[in-house]
Amino acid sequence: MAAAEPLNTGIGESVTRVEDSRFLRGHGNYVDDIILPSQTYAVMVRSPYARATVNGIDTSAAMGSGGVLAVLTADDFSAFGGLPCGWQVHSKNGDPMTEPKHPILAEGAVRHVGDPVAVVIAESKAEARRAAALVDVNYTEMSPLIDMQGAVAGSAELVHSDTPSNVCFDWELGDEAATEAAIAGAAHVTRLELVNNRLVPNAMEPRAAIGDYNTANGEHTLYTTSQNPHVIRLLMGAFVLSLPEHKLRVIAPDVGGGFGSKIFHYAEEAIVTVASKLIGRPVKWTADRSESFISDAHGRDHLTTVELAMDANGKFLALRATTLANMGAYLSTFAPSVPTYLHGTLLAGTYTTPAIYTNVKGVFTNTVAVDAYRGAGRPEASYLLERVVDLAAIETGIDPVELRRRNFIQPDAFPYDTPVALTYDIGNYQATLDMALEKTDAAGFEGRKAASAARGKLRGRGIACYIEACGIAPSNIAGALGARAGLYEAATVRVNPTGSVAVLTGSHSHGQGHETTFAQVVSDTLGIPIENVDIVHGDTGKIPFGMGTYGSRSIAVGGAALANALDKIVLKGRQIAAHLMEASADDVVFKDGQFSIEGTDKSVGFGDVALTAYVPHNFPLETLEPGLEETAFYDPKNFTYPSGAYVCELEIDKETGVIDIVDFHASDDFGNIINPMIVEGQVHGGVAQGVGQALMEGAVYDDNGQLMTGSYMDYCMPRADDLPNVTVSNHVTACTHNPLGVKGCGEAGAIGSPPAVVNAVINALGDYGVKHIDMPVTAHKVWSIMNANGN
Amino acid sequence: MEAFNYRKAGSADEAVSTLASAADGKFLAGGMTLLPTMKQMLATPDTLVDLGGASELVGISRDGDNLVIGAMTTHATVAGSAEVHSAIPALAALASGIGDPMVRNRGTIGGSIANADPAADYPAAVVGLNATVNTNKRSIAADEFFVDVFETALADDELVVSVSFPIPAKAAYQKFPNPASRYAVVGVMVAQTGDGVRVAVTGAGPSVFRASSFEDALGGNFSASALDGLSVSADNLNEDIHASAAYRANLVGVMAKRAVAAC
Ligand SMILES: Cc1cc2nc3c(=O)[nH]c(=O)nc-3n(C[C@H](O)[C@H](O)[C@H](O)COP(=O)(O)OP(=O)(O)OC[C@H]3O[C@@H](n4cnc5c(N)ncnc54)[C@H](O)[C@@H]3O)c2cc1C
Repeated sequence: MAAAEPLNTGIGESVTRVEDSRFLRGHGNYVDDIILPSQTYAVMVRSPYARATVNGIDTSAAMGSGGVLAVLTADDFSAFGGLPCGWQVHSKNGDPMTEPKHPILAEGAVRHVGDPVAVVIAESKAEARRAAALVDVNYTEMSPLIDMQGAVAGSAELVHSDTPSNVCFDWELGDEAATEAAIAGAAHVTRLELVNNRLVPNAMEPRAAIGDYNTANGEHTLYTTSQNPHVIRLLMGAFVLSLPEHKLRVIAPDVGGGFGSKIFHYAEEAIVTVASKLIGRPVKWTADRSESFISDAHGRDHLTTVELAMDANGKFLALRATTLANMGAYLSTFAPSVPTYLHGTLLAGTYTTPAIYTNVKGVFTNTVAVDAYRGAGRPEASYLLERVVDLAAIETGIDPVELRRRNFIQPDAFPYDTPVALTYDIGNYQATLDMALEKTDAAGFEGRKAASAARGKLRGRGIACYIEACGIAPSNIAGALGARAGLYEAATVRVNPTGSVAVLTGSHSHGQGHETTFAQVVSDTLGIPIENVDIVHGDTGKIPFGMGTYGSRSIAVGGAALANALDKIVLKGRQIAAHLMEASADDVVFKDGQFSIEGTDKSVGFGDVALTAYVPHNFPLETLEPGLEETAFYDPKNFTYPSGAYVCELEIDKETGVIDIVDFHASDDFGNIINPMIVEGQVHGGVAQGVGQALMEGAVYDDNGQLMTGSYMDYCMPRADDLPNVTVSNHVTACTHNPLGVKGCGEAGAIGSPPAVVNAVINALGDYGVKHIDMPVTAHKVWSIMNANGN
Repeated sequence: MEAFNYRKAGSADEAVSTLASAADGKFLAGGMTLLPTMKQMLATPDTLVDLGGASELVGISRDGDNLVIGAMTTHATVAGSAEVHSAIPALAALASGIGDPMVRNRGTIGGSIANADPAADYPAAVVGLNATVNTNKRSIAADEFFVDVFETALADDELVVSVSFPIPAKAAYQKFPNPASRYAVVGVMVAQTGDGVRVAVTGAGPSVFRASSFEDALGGNFSASALDGLSVSADNLNEDIHASAAYRANLVGVMAKRAVAAC
């Protein structure tokens, strides 16, 4: 038999993204593109105040305005529950966190600028907008709690009057006494206070939702910009609206970026669902950009004091981190998990620090809710750790690279149990560091620095060695830690009679390229061209119950489910092929799309097996069901642990403080890589967001709780010309506990880059004796510091 | 946005008379500033008089030692004009640094100066090059035109027709963009004109202003080093989350030196 043409679409190939053809031509199908017959439009009336009582709402003028169909307030939602929180954290004294009600629409009080108070539904968006301006809300303004330290002070007024304090939880992890003892006896302790700046997620596509109630069969359909439609169906169906799941279908079609902000269940989803039934027509809501700024859950916002204790040789003895983490005004879906189990557990980093203790207080303030944002907790952990390590290097005079090397967990130490509850399965931190140093010509730095100085520029070089945890799991352990959901993933592989394949996955692509990556796994396993594979996601009416995409879990968990389902297909295929070839299934091998019997020239193609499965004329019907469709639910045994070393080199203009990143290299260990091009793209995007956080982005509230950075005029998003040409390299230690040996790459860039950038800035400012500058490190801050310290 | 009447004028005269007949009308040029303001309900005119049909307001021409730019000429046209490049390259460079391609393709010089945003670029060119603003009623000298934040010498019913720029011996514009909006935190136009050296600063204060101490120093010695040790006072300069007054004052000096060096 002639050798088959190589497909070049399997694992490890940089296949160009199949979805891009429709995205780049404007043929994507986003929620706002969906126009249902007799669709109506909802516009939210939002609080202009950060903290106020709502004394009354007069909707009469709005109701009388042209085209208005309904004006709804909290009274219209009294039959329903509040928005639930999906993760319950316990305080160190054993008490469950405080969980104040998060009403769909404000019930007598508003707690942040943007808090929804009423909704207007009209024939057109313009009419709804006009009427929204006519809704007359009688507020009594109160002085808001914006600053976290003020909010936790004993005398502080309460964001929620029915709670004992503004502290949502007072959580701890690690051995406090051992850590204290090690710090007390250490040769050197480095101490640092730092802010992890609040970020606005800014997905390119604003959130949108359409409620569509079908009076004929009593079924609700919700189209929504979600990263996890089943999670929304469960949370909204079961906890908010009490809709049985078989009467609620959630569709998340093409979604234009999420970065975490589209994980959560938002009020608008419940509002359009209820409103559609009420008025008997589809109701669409689409956020405008200003609305996104004050209603999408924000990210980060930590205030931390960290101490790192070392012996005389720079060996780390202990780490203690005390953090105030902003929850905002309400608990968003996964908010409590972010600064706790996704942050405190990462504080060992890549190091052998034997004693670690962390205390995290979640704090309510009159600001937009804060929840997971690209990296979710791990960027905060990596930032405080890699900043304090760098400062320790300065204080002890040990080279920052050398200090890290002295403390790395060694490649032969895996599996490695950290003092903060994780077991790292595998890694090689030396390898990525060596690679990053080599790729950025570490040895030539002094020469480049001198050349920069000759041009009036201060050159700095920073490194950061990160580790993170992806594919949060296993479900039973996450459950014990407070998760109120499972964390497995599901995949169905449906082979069609002619041999093409549909994969129904619970993962969700909102830009990541699943339709390519997942199809490559199928192409590789079944030996069929990628054109014959369709990846279906985002519709609870089609896919098996899945948990969606966040925490870089798609390939590590969803991909593993897919691999297992494919294994089942191959197993059944071998049985069918054995029957066709009159052999034993044990003797049938499957390779390159052919089932064959070793040592013979007998073989049968995958397509013939598929056809036989659906036209079972010659089929072992006594022992095997016809058809070729398999489902796998995969619950991971552990997190995966991507790690890596990032190097940033930058120049500072002395006259203006302007920072120019001149070189950036990311050396990552993502385990096995399915599509190197897509992985590189993920790293580029992550680094862009990390550089944005480090140098440009930051949500700023004034004392009245007004978001000063409420538009792109003031909130600085990184643009192409702000960013360096990021180069990447990879070292592979394959994950030991999932079938593809993969770890995930979606967040690493945003985790490793902020400390690399800030370390480089501090390095550049070495002559100014600067210990630390909080992010975003703007030109203005740098200039002010250079001048305050005597230029 | 409130509902409004839309009128498209076929000529400058028609624009003026249409505006006169409206209760609370406004001229619409590129709409890049006016429309967002209306969307935010910061302006609620009952009538917009679109200047887009008044062809005599568009174009670039040479009139003796002056370069005359019609009010409705877009930033992109100025940036790409061979005439501007040869006469006042600094002006073409300034226009090419305004906003993004969409803004440059819609936004106009007349709209920009009539709007008088303290962070806009064109005011530095108008004052730095000692231009004259020609309206349907009169000619206004650059130094008289910009009054305060978003305030000009224009009457409510006055239409900017064109701007005449005397061609300088040398000129250069340096801008320190706001990293978020890319408007000018500080922008400095330095020019050697028939009228002596002029240094106009935008972005730093409530309105464009001339740095007279810089002008004096450069008048004697037109080199960047002539500005060593000189600075503008930070008093009365703008202060916001992006830049303190002191930082702006520093940037005025730095941008002025760089502009001189670029001349
Ligand atoms: C995203 C963005 C970025 C920008 N960046 C910059 C920047 O970096 N630098 C910069 O300088 N500007 C910037 N701008 C502003 C831009 O230059 C606009 O072109 C300018 O502000 C207004 O010009 P316009 O033609 O759009 O005027 P319009 O918005 O149509 O009108 C503005 C005002 O001028 C009045 N007006 C218009 N034409 C006349 C006339 N002939 N006579 C009398 N009154 C008139 C109008 O009635 C209105 O009050 C930016 C704008 C945007 C949206």
